[in-house]
Amino acid sequence: MSTSSQATNSSRAWLRFKRNRGALVGLVLVCVVALLALLAPALAPHPPDVPYKSRTLTSRGVPIGPERAFPLGADSLGRCELSRLLYGGRVSLAVALASTLLLAIVGTGIGIASGYFGGLTDTVLMRGVDVLLSFPFLLVCMAINKTVARPGIWVLFLVLGFLSWTGLARQVRARTMQVRSLEFVTAARALGATHSRVIFRHILPNVASLVIVLCTTLVAEMIIVESVLSYLGVGVVPPTSSWGSMLQESDPYMRSVPRLLAIPAMAITVTVVGFNLLGEGLRDALDPKS
Amino acid sequence: MGYARAATVSDLPLVRIENLSTHFSASRGPFRPPGVVRAVDGVSLEVFAGETLGLVGESGCGKSTLGRSLLRLIEPTSGKIFFEGQDITKLSQRELRPLRRKMQIVFQDPFSSLDPRMTVRDTVAEALEIHGLAHGRVALDERVAALFAKVGLRPDQMNRYPHEFSGGQRQRVGIARALAVEPKFIVADEPISALDVSIQAQIVNLLKDLQEELGLAYLFIAHDLKVVEYLSHRVAVMYLGRVVELALARDLYDHPSHPYTRALLSAVPVPDPEHKRERQVLEGDVPSPLNPPSGCAFHPRCPIVQKGLCDVSAPPLVALRARPTHQVACFKAEDPASAATQPVAAP
Repeated sequence: MSTSSQATNSSRAWLRFKRNRGALVGLVLVCVVALLALLAPALAPHPPDVPYKSRTLTSRGVPIGPERAFPLGADSLGRCELSRLLYGGRVSLAVALASTLLLAIVGTGIGIASGYFGGLTDTVLMRGVDVLLSFPFLLVCMAINKTVARPGIWVLFLVLGFLSWTGLARQVRARTMQVRSLEFVTAARALGATHSRVIFRHILPNVASLVIVLCTTLVAEMIIVESVLSYLGVGVVPPTSSWGSMLQESDPYMRSVPRLLAIPAMAITVTVVGFNLLGEGLRDALDPKS
Repeated sequence: MGYARAATVSDLPLVRIENLSTHFSASRGPFRPPGVVRAVDGVSLEVFAGETLGLVGESGCGKSTLGRSLLRLIEPTSGKIFFEGQDITKLSQRELRPLRRKMQIVFQDPFSSLDPRMTVRDTVAEALEIHGLAHGRVALDERVAALFAKVGLRPDQMNRYPHEFSGGQRQRVGIARALAVEPKFIVADEPISALDVSIQAQIVNLLKDLQEELGLAYLFIAHDLKVVEYLSHRVAVMYLGRVVELALARDLYDHPSHPYTRALLSAVPVPDPEHKRERQVLEGDVPSPLNPPSGCAFHPRCPIVQKGLCDVSAPPLVALRARPTHQVACFKAEDPASAATQPVAAP
C-alpha cells in the first residue's frame, strides 16, 4: 500500500528520463524558453511595438546594434529587438501549443475510433486521412487566409490544428489495434464493459504515452510551420508579431543587418531543438518498447 | 444424458452448444479470393453445473476459438449457444451484459491479460463496478481484499501494478477478476500453459478447490493431457475444428478409441525409466485449416486409414456400443483390429 509502489510506473519513467542527458538538456531549454515567453511583460525593457526612431535609427535609417538600453539592438523600424523577441516568442509558442493540443484531441480521437472499431469506421476515417494528406498544405493555408475576412492567430491555430493530426491519428490507430488485441481488453468485454469504458479505462491510458511523446515533437514542428507560414506572409499578420513574422520583416535586411534574421532564427532553433530532445527523452522514458 | 457424473452435477446442462461453427475469412494475397478458415466446424457440447469439461487438441485446432465463441467474444458463424436453457446466440451485447456475470474467462497469458496501467486492485474492482456489486471505495476495497484472500494473494499487495507480480501471481489476479462477479461457468483458456511447472500445480489445485467451494463449471482448455486428466470429469478431443472423441475422463485415458487420441496419449511422458511402451508418432503436420483434407480430416495422418472410406466421407461423432457415454468420430472405432494397436495407457 506504500505510495512508492503506487507511483512505480511514473517513478521508473522518471529514473530513465533522469539518466538521459539529452532529455535533461531538452527539458531545461523548453523550460527556459517557456519562462522567457511567459515573463515577457516583466522582462522586456520596452513595449514591443513602439518605434524609438530618434534613438535607434541612424540618420541614414540603419538600426543601431546592441547597446545598454537595447541589448539586442533595434529592428528596421527602430523597435527594441529583445522586446520583440520575447513577445514574439509568446505568440509562436502559444500558436504551436494550442494547435498541438487541438491536433492531439482530433488525432487521438480519430485514431482510437478507427483502430478500436475497425471495419467500416476504420475504412471511412482512414480514407479521410488520405484525402487530407493529399491537400497541398501551403496552398490550403494561403487559400484560407485569403478567404477569411480577418486573418489572424486564430485562423493559423485552426488551420494547423485541423490539418496536422493525420500522422498522429495513424500512429494512434496502429497502437490502438495492438492494445485492443491484448487479452485484458477481451477480459473487460467478457465482464460486459461498454465500449466507452474499454476506450477510456483501457485503450486511452495505454496509448497516452505515445500521444505525449509524439505531441512533444509536434510542438517543434508546429513552431517551424508557424514561422514558415508567417515568413511567407500567410501566418501571423502585423501588428501581432511572432518569430516567423520577425523573419519576414527582416528579409530585406539579410545582407545589411544579418543580425535581424539571425536572432529570431536562433530562437526558433533553440526552441525546436529543446522540444525534440525532450520528445526523444520522453520516448525513451515512457515508451521504451517503440 | 443420464450417465454417471460428479455428485454436484445437475441434469440440465448449464451450457449447451449445438452445431456451433466459427469461420474466419483469410486473405490469401491480393489476387486470390479470401479463403475460409473453419476454426470451429459444427461442434456440439454440453457442460453441466459443477463439472469440468476438458478440451484438448494441438495448437490451431480451434479450441480457444470455441471457448471464446461460446462466450460470444468471437461471433460464431452458425449454430446455437444455450446458457441455462436460454438461447444467447442472437442476444445483443447489451442484452448479454447481465449474463456476463454468470460466465467468465481466464486467459493463458498472465502478462497480456492484465492492464499494465492499472493496479491489480483496480483490475478486480472494475469487474465489481461494471455489475454494480459494490459501491464506494471502502466497499470495493473490502470485496477485492476478500477475493485476493480467496485466490491466495496477500490483500496488502492489491495496490501494486501487474509487473510487480510473478506469472503465477498474475494468473491468480486473473482468476480473482473472473470470480469477482460470482460466475457459474468459467472458460479456462490454457490457464497454466504459460507458467513454470512448479507453479502449474498450484494454479490447478486452486481451480479445483474453487470448483469444490463454489460449484463452478469449467471448460478447461489445454494441450497437456495429464493436467486435463487430473482436473476433468469429461474430456473432448478436438482436431481441425471438430470434436473427434468425447468421453468420461477415465474412459478416455483407459480406452482411447480415436487414433488421434491414442497418438496424443502415447506422447505423454511417463516418469518411469523402466516403462516400455510403443510410441505412436504422428506422420506429417496438421493440415492447413484453409484447405482441410476430404472426408475425415485426420485421414492423411491416420495409422488405420481405410482408403475409399475415410478419405471420402467424414465420420459422425457417435456413441460406442460398449459405452454409450463414449462418443467417437471414427469409422473404425469399433473395429477389433484397430483396438489391438492401442498402446498401453499411461497410468
